[in-house]
Amino acid sequence: MQPIQLQWIDYTILLAYVAFVIGIGWALSRYMKTSSDFLTSARSIPTWVTGLAFISANLGALELVGMAASGAKYGISTAHFYWVGAIPAMIFLAVFMMPFYYGSKARSVPEYLKMRFDERVRALNSIAFAVMTVFASGISINALAKLLTNLLPWQFNLNFGPVHLGSYDSYLWICSGVVLIYVLKGGLTSAIYTEVLQFFMIVLGFAPVVYLGMKDVGGWHAMNHSLQAVAVDPSALYLKDAGISYASNAWTSAWTPVLAGPAHNPMGVDWFAMIFGLGFVLSFGYWCTNFLVVQRAMAAKNMTAARNTPLVAAVPKMFFPFLVIVPGMIAAALMSMPDKHYRIPPPIVAQANYDAAIAAVKSANPADLAAATTAIHTALGTKVDDKRLASLIMAEAGGKLSDTEIKQGLYNSIAENDYDSVILSLVKKYCPAGLLGLALTALLASFMSGMAGNVTAFNTVFTYDLYQAYFAPGKSDRHYFITGKVITVLGIILSIACAYFAKQYNNAMDIIQLVFGFVNAPLFATFLLGMFWKRTTGTGAFIGLFCGIGSSALFHALTIAQGNVPGVKGGYLGVHQTFPSEMAQNFWLAAFAFIVCFTFTLVISLATARTKTDAELKGLVYSLTPKIVDNNQPWFRRPAVVGVILLVVCIILNVIFW
Amino acid sequence: MGLDIRWPIGLMFTIIGALLAIDGALVKSDHAISLGININLIWGIVLLIFGVFMLMGAVKGGKNPPAA
Repeated sequence: MQPIQLQWIDYTILLAYVAFVIGIGWALSRYMKTSSDFLTSARSIPTWVTGLAFISANLGALELVGMAASGAKYGISTAHFYWVGAIPAMIFLAVFMMPFYYGSKARSVPEYLKMRFDERVRALNSIAFAVMTVFASGISINALAKLLTNLLPWQFNLNFGPVHLGSYDSYLWICSGVVLIYVLKGGLTSAIYTEVLQFFMIVLGFAPVVYLGMKDVGGWHAMNHSLQAVAVDPSALYLKDAGISYASNAWTSAWTPVLAGPAHNPMGVDWFAMIFGLGFVLSFGYWCTNFLVVQRAMAAKNMTAARNTPLVAAVPKMFFPFLVIVPGMIAAALMSMPDKHYRIPPPIVAQANYDAAIAAVKSANPADLAAATTAIHTALGTKVDDKRLASLIMAEAGGKLSDTEIKQGLYNSIAENDYDSVILSLVKKYCPAGLLGLALTALLASFMSGMAGNVTAFNTVFTYDLYQAYFAPGKSDRHYFITGKVITVLGIILSIACAYFAKQYNNAMDIIQLVFGFVNAPLFATFLLGMFWKRTTGTGAFIGLFCGIGSSALFHALTIAQGNVPGVKGGYLGVHQTFPSEMAQNFWLAAFAFIVCFTFTLVISLATARTKTDAELKGLVYSLTPKIVDNNQPWFRRPAVVGVILLVVCIILNVIFW
Repeated sequence: MGLDIRWPIGLMFTIIGALLAIDGALVKSDHAISLGININLIWGIVLLIFGVFMLMGAVKGGKNPPAA
């Protein structure tokens, strides 16, 4: 991705944003008096704010980038991550689970687990969560620093004695510094307010890009028409290897290709894995138990507000596919239209490789194209489009081209796509200076917000569930208030460390993501049994969870996706099952882990004695909690009613894009 | 909590909207135009309206402080 030239107006918008987030932190700092104010917003935030923060905490920049990438790779089927993989879980959380989270007065998800079960389950969950969330924060800020390094024209080269700060370092520390300031001053409320700000920036910053892209491609039907041709021959756009072909609706229809089987859709999944693995296990496991999002609902000002928060969040979530997935589809459609002169950017190739390839082009023998192509392919290190390379070699033989022209020709011949740069390439293509600044600032905002959200979640869990629970119980609130501030700084420093780790060891990041998947998959089984069955015991929950995590790891060790080599992708203890794609492997792993955890928790609970009486579990278990009566509320404030309406709308969307 | 969130949101989008709209209005070349539309001007006005709408909400909220 070549650096973008920014004008004064773009920088002004960027600086305005930074000034405002720091200003928000400053303005809120005078209201931060207790640890509760700082770490849990003292349950005072209005519904629309918690609702938008809820969805914003989830909508990281990596999702923005990733969904556009998936939109190009898989088409409208990507919307399953929203319509199947989010909405039902959010509704369930709102109607059935928030009463327990909010009513129990637990200050965090691990604290709920302690109240419902015992310290072992709390410890397992809080330690796992603390580690995961700090890594997530590091991944977010690492991606931001890398993006800024590639995108902005400034090069930093600072030397403070023995310490050398390059561009990446400078961007990393500056951005982390900004986040540190506003989170240190305003705590969770700062994070929530800036998340809402980020929400509006993303919607208002990217809507014009989608509009302009749509206009350029000729409208929705024209786009779909092009995508039909793409589905029949995806290799023409380097989306799949040669020889693979799908039915013409593979990119434009969400359900039909999935129902037809893994060989008939570009994601390579079957409907059972999609519905049970993604739609139930992974989806409910994330939305119903991940403290990062649940914390925002817990900050609401009363029970009704808390229950309505995920519902408020579900409304934009349902329509986000049109904002984040459609750009990817537009990119694929544009690339298939030769008169648009657009291609999805190829992966970044080092200048040294280009130099070697340029030399290979110059010394190529037009009579022996095969050898020449192989030589250039080796020099570049990527797959190449033989036809385009052939014409490049011919052109060079016909009349000496300049080095720049050869490099451009090589760039156009790389037969691989860097899908993660789709959204940025569209922003570059359509945004004039000004709008460009807004879109880039929106992207920057969501990366920084990813760090802030994770650090505030880490902070609460560390201070209350680890420090107060195990290291320093019974101190004054002032003590924990100051601890909260200290842990904020610690969280940021750990995030920076994780960012460097992520930068250094790309493969290690895959391993870490994998481990998170292992931990998340069985989690919902524990919560489900805990909240809806009073007979579940602490021992059952602990062992069930532990075995669930173990079974995830085992499943992964024994299976692989087609085309992957055994190793970090799985199958290192022997391949007993091959899946058509990594996504399919993931979904089935989740389903398996859930079933194992559920079964073990159930069986062991029946075999162990209950440690809590019915009275102690009041407000923590469904059958022991008085039902919340919403009859005196207007229909739009009754979670059950709104939940049903949202579900119906979601189903309608699924039918429209069947 | 103390600070009504509509103040900073309203203020920020009013400023950004004004910046974009002015840039679009002063267009001398194709600078603010994309696909033939003066997008900076149009979108700048949209953002301006949004920002003002938010600020109006904040002012109204200030007159009726919510019960503590």
